[in-house]
Amino acid sequence: MVAAYVAFFGIAIFALPWWLSFLIAIIVTTVLGVLIERTAYRPLRDAPRISALISAIGVSYLLENLGIVVLGARPRPFPRPENLVWNIKVGNISFLSLAVIIPIITILLLIAVTLFVNRTKVGIAMRALSRDFETASLMAVDVNKVISATFAVGSALAAVGGIMWGMQYPQIDPLMGVFPGLKCFIAAVMGGIGSVPGAMLGGFILGMGEVMIVGFMPELSGYRDAFAFVVLILILLFKPGGLLGENVVEKV
Amino acid sequence: MENKRQNTILTIIALLFCTLLIYLGDNNLSRFQLRILNLSAIYVILGLSMNLVIGFTGMFSLGHAGFMCVGAYTAAILTMSPAAKELIYYMVPIHPLLANIQWGVIPAALAGGIVAAIFGVLVGFPALRLRDDYLAIATLGFAEIIRIVVTNTTSITNGSLGLKDIPSVKSLWVYWGFAILTILILRAIINSSWGYAFKAIRDNEIAAEAMGINILKHKLLSFTIGAFFAGLSGALMAYLITSIDPTMFRFTFTFQILLIVVLGGMGSITGSIVAGVLVTVAMEWLRFVEQDMNFFGFVIPGISGMRMVIFSILLLLVVLFYRQGLLGTKEFSWNFFLKLASKRSKQKEVS
Amino acid sequence: MSSEKILITKDLTIKFGGLTAVSGLNLDISKGEIIGLIGPNGAGKTTCFNIITGVYKPTSGNILFHNQDITGLRPDLITKLGIARTFQNIRLFNSMTVLENVMISKHVRLNANLLEAVLHLPRYTNAHRQHLEECMELLEQVGLADVAHEKGTSLPYGKQRRLEIARALATQPTLLLLDEPAAGMNPQETLELMDFIKKIRELYGLTILLIEHHMEVVMGICERITVLDYGITIAQGTPAEVQANQQVIKAYLGTVEDDA
Repeated sequence: MVAAYVAFFGIAIFALPWWLSFLIAIIVTTVLGVLIERTAYRPLRDAPRISALISAIGVSYLLENLGIVVLGARPRPFPRPENLVWNIKVGNISFLSLAVIIPIITILLLIAVTLFVNRTKVGIAMRALSRDFETASLMAVDVNKVISATFAVGSALAAVGGIMWGMQYPQIDPLMGVFPGLKCFIAAVMGGIGSVPGAMLGGFILGMGEVMIVGFMPELSGYRDAFAFVVLILILLFKPGGLLGENVVEKV
Repeated sequence: MENKRQNTILTIIALLFCTLLIYLGDNNLSRFQLRILNLSAIYVILGLSMNLVIGFTGMFSLGHAGFMCVGAYTAAILTMSPAAKELIYYMVPIHPLLANIQWGVIPAALAGGIVAAIFGVLVGFPALRLRDDYLAIATLGFAEIIRIVVTNTTSITNGSLGLKDIPSVKSLWVYWGFAILTILILRAIINSSWGYAFKAIRDNEIAAEAMGINILKHKLLSFTIGAFFAGLSGALMAYLITSIDPTMFRFTFTFQILLIVVLGGMGSITGSIVAGVLVTVAMEWLRFVEQDMNFFGFVIPGISGMRMVIFSILLLLVVLFYRQGLLGTKEFSWNFFLKLASKRSKQKEVS
Repeated sequence: MSSEKILITKDLTIKFGGLTAVSGLNLDISKGEIIGLIGPNGAGKTTCFNIITGVYKPTSGNILFHNQDITGLRPDLITKLGIARTFQNIRLFNSMTVLENVMISKHVRLNANLLEAVLHLPRYTNAHRQHLEECMELLEQVGLADVAHEKGTSLPYGKQRRLEIARALATQPTLLLLDEPAAGMNPQETLELMDFIKKIRELYGLTILLIEHHMEVVMGICERITVLDYGITIAQGTPAEVQANQQVIKAYLGTVEDDA
């Protein structure tokens, strides 16, 4: 949401070239993500899990409503940069260039994230932290730095997602992130927390499922948004670790 | 024993006093004041029911708006007059079985609670195997599903058009009567063996299971009781504002209740009561920031959404700096009250 | 001592992914015995407890308790049948007093429903009063009566361990599983603990299976010992037999080549 708006202002008000506003949008979101981690999550790291969750809900609620206050609740059109969007004609099917560009960017990012998590030092430290927080910190992993880095990467990715969303549905509003945000979490849980291909698979199933429901069973299209949750619950019941996740055994 | 009897007598006196207050309030307060007080009662019930689930049993459930929605619709459909139903369901006629029902307000409110409780069992049975953030998302999801189903089952709920002309109830007796009953019942549950079983699950699930407690059964029980009271307050909400539609029961509702629980203290009944009233009053009072203000001739435009910003900041501040909330897990007790009073009088004697 | 069998495990095996945590465990415990389960860290001792108490389901094998197959039952049901346990890392209910901690185990013995409790009907209040008396009596026997109304987690470490045992006893078990009861205790406390374990065995007619690293405890009170290493049973027998076993010595001290 933030990213889409920063990009929006970049293009619409400051008349910046599209690539510069996108870049600024990504940077602003990244900084914001790290700042939020510092102020709202770090103090609660040793607190009960519930407190951290409440804090997370508080932050997202704050951002959204701040958005409403500052920008107004009305949706605004998102300017599509001219040289990124054109019609492609193959035979008698014509479609927007976005239908090609977005998947390509997604795949590139996926490869980048996979490499980052598996190959770089920070990525390995991230995985160690998620597995065993205390041991990792004993192994001279700078916990604060790694978590900040995680939030930075996460926010930057979210920013790219937000911009792509804005281009695809050329309209943005302060609450645009709520449902996609929820569905992202669902996709990640479905695929298995901690698995990049899992998140991709989860996202793919969700997106395809929703489109197919509307396509093949139009009488159920009112239930489109419920689909994600139904699938999530089914998967969690039968495979609590997610599709590609491992079952973590709780230590007793 | 002596002490116990004394406390019972004090409680009865306090209840009589409340009755008197309600009587006086009902006859003397303005409609606006009554409305705020009644809304407070509803939020007290909501806060308590969510505190039972989150604060006492330790299940991070965010499905309250969904159960309220169920309760509100049940009560509304049961109490509306057949004539009103015929008028309102003009897109798709109402299901014939429901067209001619007209119940009293109180049995319909209880029915709202019971139907919500049934949904609670249906939702809880699969969802309560999950924990923490997974449970939060799943319950949130269920609440959304309930809302979506309500929007789409037009012959029962009139879909997205919502329901109007629900019989209006203005009396403090009904709202605060239910609120006080809720307080008494939940207090009795929490101080009973079951309440301790809930707290044991919250404190340490594995140890609780090793003590022979059936975890799923008790979680489901707590969740269902919570759903019942959420449904009940949904029904009361329908009587208070007399028109409902599915968009009312968004996550915002759950967020406000969560604020009450966190502010009052997770695991304190007294805290939820105090915070329930405080948040409601603050919410009405803060309406001024969303309205145009006239300041020495300058008109400052009202900012819509500002209240929610203030509330989110408040929630964050409480969680970050004052995690136990107003009361932590402490409860009001006569002993504490008496001690305080005697200390005061002693101080007076000394000075 | 009668030879009535309390607990028999047959070829108990559990695998987590590729790792075999416990392999082919055979236990055979008679009524009134104190059996020790020892082995180096990570040998699978606590995992055995978790299988017996139903926290984990074994990959294969059976558990017979009083000749009843309890393999794979839910933990709360196993507790109801009469197996109680303590935890290696103390797991007290941190919001509760000592008495309330112990009272939790009476919840399942309550013969009244929630409605009776909410309305304070006699069937609930009578049962509740009786349970309170039983728990106070228990606390007196274990020497915690004077701190009954203090928070469990505010007690000194040794007393917290004792409270864990008291809480387990309150479930009225016939078999008690103690997971490192002497961990973190000084020699004086350890001696007291040994007397305490013997005392509760007499008092409640218990059979006890215990995991312990303090060898003086194990050798001092256990009648028989099972030694695990990497999930495999490497020795079983009396303390003297186990102490003399070459394989046990090797597991504990390592061999010269191991460079331990």
